[in-house]
Amino acid sequence: MILDLDRFVRDGEPLWQALDQQLTHLEKHPYSTIGVPDLERLHALYQRASSDLLRVRTLHSEARLRTYLENLVSRAYTAIHGVTEQRRFSPLSWLLQHFPRAVRRHSGALALSMALFWGGAALGAILLVLLFEDRATLFPFAGLEAKPSERVKRETIERSKMVSAQTGRFSAHLIQNNTRVAIFTFALGMTYGVGPTVLLFSNGVYLGAVAMDYIKDGQTIFLLGWLLPHGVIELPAIILAGQAAFLLTGALLPRGRRSPLAQRLREISPDALAIMGGVAVMLLWAGIVEAFFSQYHEPVIPYAVKIAFGVGQLAALVAFLKLAGSHEK
Amino acid sequence: MKSEGLEIYTPEGVPFSLPLAGAGTRLVALVVDLLAILALGGLVFSALKAFEAAAPDAIGGIVTLVYFVLSTAYGIVLEIWWNGQTLGKRLLGLRVMDCHARPATATQIVVRNLLRPVDSIPVFYLAGAIACWLTRHRQRLGDLAAGTVVVRTQESLRADWSQLTRAKFNSLREHPALAARLRQRTAPELAALALDAVLRREELSPDARLAVFAALAARLRTLVEFPAHAVESLSDEQYVHRAVEVLYSTSRVT
Repeated sequence: MILDLDRFVRDGEPLWQALDQQLTHLEKHPYSTIGVPDLERLHALYQRASSDLLRVRTLHSEARLRTYLENLVSRAYTAIHGVTEQRRFSPLSWLLQHFPRAVRRHSGALALSMALFWGGAALGAILLVLLFEDRATLFPFAGLEAKPSERVKRETIERSKMVSAQTGRFSAHLIQNNTRVAIFTFALGMTYGVGPTVLLFSNGVYLGAVAMDYIKDGQTIFLLGWLLPHGVIELPAIILAGQAAFLLTGALLPRGRRSPLAQRLREISPDALAIMGGVAVMLLWAGIVEAFFSQYHEPVIPYAVKIAFGVGQLAALVAFLKLAGSHEK
Repeated sequence: MKSEGLEIYTPEGVPFSLPLAGAGTRLVALVVDLLAILALGGLVFSALKAFEAAAPDAIGGIVTLVYFVLSTAYGIVLEIWWNGQTLGKRLLGLRVMDCHARPATATQIVVRNLLRPVDSIPVFYLAGAIACWLTRHRQRLGDLAAGTVVVRTQESLRADWSQLTRAKFNSLREHPALAARLRQRTAPELAALALDAVLRREELSPDARLAVFAALAARLRTLVEFPAHAVESLSDEQYVHRAVEVLYSTSRVT
């Protein structure tokens, strides 16, 4: 069967152009609303274009006309069937309610992340004791090779001067570096859990080894005063990023579920993002505390104050993650 | 198997296909975006440089943070704001969409952008490129997790129908019985091929154009033999052009 192309185009063109115009308007203003008459008109034009596309496909007609109509139909389909998120986004309720709820909802992934990190830390501490003579091999960078007591002396005398001149830059560097690490940990969830496992465990080993090195050298108070103010927020943030990563991993593995991969990923995405949003805020706070508070030692800030500040923050964080948003279903 | 397009069936039963963007085009768009981020960062740095003398530490910190926020949020903000497009994607005619050809949601856009680090390992998006190459819908890992695809946006193409009616006189129409026979004997595929050749003749190189029209004219001439005086002065291309007019138009010469 051969189509009377001239007539087909002549009849269809005004309607296709009308649809094109309406779609162009909607594409330029994706968050605008349209009235019922316009919606009905859009739907009628979409159906007409769909019907014309079917005719063109059946009749093996000109490829460019088919492309043109496919383009129109796909755009109209997108406009009609696409759901624009009109719900008002409230960052505060997202952070104060959705984030702690998401953390609690996936307690298994959190437990795994914590176990890997603290398991690594325990191993690091044990290895430090066992391999004390070769302790340098356990440290991630060369600056830690000196005796902790020497480093403490240097930190308390020299570093405070240096840091006070560059606290802003230092804080910004810490925030961006830690956030990058958290995002990287989360993204590695796509490696079926291998990436976050290695990252969490190895960081745990380094932390455990360094901490034990200070403890063995009698510098426990300095260590607590130095690490607690920012560490009680920064380390849980990295562990929570690991939790979000294991959510991704959990969705990748079918584990007897029949739902397709895309659906499983779609289901965990809002919670994973809420956790990562909370992680970003935590790291922002930790970066500020580390640059403006943790780096100042006695006699500028007494260790007791720093340790109490750290313990207070940890208690507040635990209470927040355990209780916030629990009154709503 | 990897597909060239995202095949969709609408609830009304109409099939259509959205062309998927290849890894090469996406890489070029990415380079454009990286340049845009650098330019924006440079702009911020220049704007803040005036204050650097007064507070060098604070300005240094702000520049570091601004660059970090720009590089992280650039894709997220623009893709939400521009309906799945960044500057690079806009220039290259690409758009991020949901796997069902619907607009990508904010959640999907954030997920696909946050997962860029895993796509960029070990160097410059190698993992992402391999994933694009291996997956059916050319998705990088971030797209797989978010359930998104990157499609080529189609400009509103429309054939220039006036080309078909340019010739006022058609010697083949002088013989209505033979013209009807030509319409009857021509297979739809051959008719479509001839029409396509006429509409796209300017895109062909001179040699290809001669060869294509010679082959088509030879095929059409075997179907119906028009009187010699009606076709003797016509080149192969003119013959095909007139045949196409006969095949695709029902209007009579008056």
